[in-house]
Amino acid sequence: MKPLIEVQDLAVSYDTYAGEVQSVRGVSFRILKGQTVALVGESGCGKSVTAKTLMGLIEKPGRVKEGSRIFYEGEEISGYDETKWNGFRGKEISMIFQDALVSLNPTMRIGKQIKENLSNHFPKIGRQEQENRAVEMLRKAGIPDAELCMGKYPHELSGGMRQRVMIAMAMITKPKMLIADEPTTSLDVTIQAQILELMQELQEETGMSILMITHDMGVVADIADEIIVMYAGKIAERGSCREVFYHPWHPYTWSLLNSVPRIDAAKGQKLAAIEGNIPDMTLPPKGCGFCERCPYAMNVCREYMPDGAKVREGHEVWCWLTDNRADKSGLPFRIERNFEAKGAGISESRSTGKEGERAAGAGRKTDGR
Amino acid sequence: MADDMREASGGIHAEVPELEVRNLCKYFPAGKGRVLKAVDDVSFAIRKGQTLGIVGESGCGKTTCGKTCIGMLTKNSGEVLFQGRDVHGMSKKERFDFTGKVQMIFQDPYASLDPHQKVYHIIAEGIRVHRLAKNRKDEEGQVMRLLEMVGLNTEHANRNVHEFSGGQRQRIGIARALSVNPEFLFCDEPISALDVSIQAQIINLLAELKAKRNLTMLFIAHDLSMVKHISDHIGVMYLGNLVEMSPSDELYGKPYHPYTEALLSAVPIADPDASEKRKRILLLGDIPSPVNPPKGCRFCERCTKRMEVCREVRPSLKEISDGHFAACHLYD
Repeated sequence: MKPLIEVQDLAVSYDTYAGEVQSVRGVSFRILKGQTVALVGESGCGKSVTAKTLMGLIEKPGRVKEGSRIFYEGEEISGYDETKWNGFRGKEISMIFQDALVSLNPTMRIGKQIKENLSNHFPKIGRQEQENRAVEMLRKAGIPDAELCMGKYPHELSGGMRQRVMIAMAMITKPKMLIADEPTTSLDVTIQAQILELMQELQEETGMSILMITHDMGVVADIADEIIVMYAGKIAERGSCREVFYHPWHPYTWSLLNSVPRIDAAKGQKLAAIEGNIPDMTLPPKGCGFCERCPYAMNVCREYMPDGAKVREGHEVWCWLTDNRADKSGLPFRIERNFEAKGAGISESRSTGKEGERAAGAGRKTDGR
Repeated sequence: MADDMREASGGIHAEVPELEVRNLCKYFPAGKGRVLKAVDDVSFAIRKGQTLGIVGESGCGKTTCGKTCIGMLTKNSGEVLFQGRDVHGMSKKERFDFTGKVQMIFQDPYASLDPHQKVYHIIAEGIRVHRLAKNRKDEEGQVMRLLEMVGLNTEHANRNVHEFSGGQRQRIGIARALSVNPEFLFCDEPISALDVSIQAQIINLLAELKAKRNLTMLFIAHDLSMVKHISDHIGVMYLGNLVEMSPSDELYGKPYHPYTEALLSAVPIADPDASEKRKRILLLGDIPSPVNPPKGCRFCERCTKRMEVCREVRPSLKEISDGHFAACHLYD
């Protein structure tokens, strides 16, 4: 299948007084038509910046670095100027945000805001038709009394209703992709379930792709086809939903999954917290971004960035532990099992350069980390 | 009913619970003569060394309930007893002693620490106010011990708050709360502003401190899986009412109230297979306004199992099985 979006070597930096903050440091991925991709990671790992780049929303002091390329249905969009972006944004790809109250215009009635998006991109549609389509879209988004809602202001609605309005607004132009930046983080769980359900319904109906940005692994398990785990501006692991959940390779993915207590699990055991904090992105680590917090970090991890290793069809990991020469004793059971199953044959797919030789000599550092 | 509740969390021992709340009501004027009933007839008790978690959706009154319990807000009616003494009827002297025993950890670690002060002063303030240190040297030793206890370095003492990340700030907030050797901690969503991997750190820290110092805690949150992890008992609030209360393991295994059931089924599980298999109860609509709540059961508009009686009569909290209370007409 042809990808809808293809991103190659995306790098975004913000020039601040403290120095250059390297938010995204070389990210490549593709999104197929009708697919739901979840971008997972902690705050500051570059997931929102990645999504904004797809919409051409990087503003000063941010800049997309040379060599970053984005293709939309085969056409390169990374070089678009503002006029072209204006025609693209909201029509081909729409975006919804975490805080609907801030994202909606508080001085404009709901109906007008929805119709505005439609008339901007399809100026030929008549007024009555605009009205009809807006009401129908609101109804599809699950708003009771859609006609009444058209005349209301955003502050008159509850959080869940506002998010529905945002979705209606984003979907009215029938975009091919919806980017959802933590759409349910500020909502209660019962409302969250409603919104996720709605997004899935609309996806089934229109066949659009969804790029879901979240840090909630529970939400991911619910809706994602594919997962991209980001850490410190780079992709740590990427694979199908089940692969990443049941066969995680990267120690970060593994700890992320373990640090969430499961509601159906027994009480009492200590949570597997990840010690330490995320690295300062003005001075990104030379090697793997996670090495400072990784309990299995080797010397090589601090010095060199690992290459991506394909551990299974459609499952890629950026970690030195996938290398055959890495010391794998003392790994937690879940990761170890993966290595036993797939241990051989990995280093063949890896380039054996100078870095590889270093890896061979690298023992685990025993500094009590 | 309050006596039942004492028994529920206090077991058969007739000891005085650390915190006892009887028929507590807290109303706010909502303009034009209307009244917002944020907390309406809530009763519970927490025994020494135990943690009560209160969960519920935003706007259900859980924070107001907690704040009224520790006297940060005045009450409208009902009673709050801390170690047998009325929290809202204390003299100035009693109130001062009370603040040395009861401390609070706030939700937003960015807003709840004074940005002008060094970490040392933030932590030392409580020690000075309550005269817990013999001299400067003793005070310094106490602050350093507290910093180490919450997992920070002693060098951090002379830094400014803005140099710290969210998780570290929350640790400073915990150190500040512990500085006066409190017996009771009120944690108001202490982890909801933090990243997932950091949330686990803070929960582990709180659990460890609770065991070490035999702290009693009132823990408010909307993340049900985290609450389960740290609480002995859990109360579920809906629109100002306590609709269910039970030992934490039992609540998750066997919820009685339809609202609890729906709430639990809506919590996403980080496991694709389990998430696919489980039946989800989708609640319709939003939480109604507490200004004009339904006359009968407050949940009846959204309930999947509602009956005629639910619209007319408010159900009271009844013990349905051992130590497990629910307010629902289904169990009449």
